[in-house]
Amino acid sequence: MRRDIFQAIADPTRRAIIALIAVHAMTPNAIAENFHTTRQAVSRHLRILTECELVKQEFQGREIYYSLEIDKMKEIDNWLKQYRKIWETRFIQLDQILLANKKKKK
Amino acid sequence: MKNDLLFDFIVDKLAKTVTITREFDAKLSLVWDAFTKAELLDQWLAPKPWTSKTKYMHFKVGGKRFYAMISPEGIERWGIQEYTSITPKTNFKMYNAFADKDENPELPGSEWDHYFSEQNGTTKVNISIYNESLERLERILDGFTQGMKMSLNNLENLLATLSKK
Repeated sequence: MRRDIFQAIADPTRRAIIALIAVHAMTPNAIAENFHTTRQAVSRHLRILTECELVKQEFQGREIYYSLEIDKMKEIDNWLKQYRKIWETRFIQLDQILLANKKKKK
Repeated sequence: MKNDLLFDFIVDKLAKTVTITREFDAKLSLVWDAFTKAELLDQWLAPKPWTSKTKYMHFKVGGKRFYAMISPEGIERWGIQEYTSITPKTNFKMYNAFADKDENPELPGSEWDHYFSEQNGTTKVNISIYNESLERLERILDGFTQGMKMSLNNLENLLATLSKK
């Protein structure tokens, strides 16, 4: 099963990793230096991010570099658009109520 | 109905804040009531085909509203709000959280701030919602998305009816 992108950003450490590698590609060791957690924990977060297709791996010699998939981040924008849609619907419903109340008063 | 009413929806991901501004073709006192009286809130807050029911609402500082959003299948998703500041017909603030059916809130929740102003019979409402975690936003959507697809059809019908008038 493919993981959901929102699982990726639900965790604060993963959000911090995203922020780090958004600037430039980094090795797991370099990423781990920024956290107080174990190297294994960072690896686990990177695995989840990779499964969400939010980061990609590139091999340079013996090292693996992780970088951000910018297009994938755009999915989050699409999801926010749905939130906007909910509010649009709510307000159209509210328009109807306000209109009905106005008519009642007349 | 006027169709040039403003609707702004701004997301600031870094500040974890969503700011929504909307104008309504109605007097401020009526719009204020629609946001602060349970019987009116229940009529518009749930995007159709969801429905909203308020179990109790005490609109005063420190007072709470305990409510549910009910899915078309009858599943109840409870929420609890606490009013933290009220300036009548101008502003109110509240803290909103998901809850279980026994009124136990699931923290963290979100902080809501509402501003109301009226000009030439049009009322502007500005809502800002601060979410501690993005995961919460996702949960809000999870529930509604399914219903939204259906409601878009309802909406199209409604708009078609209105434009005939």
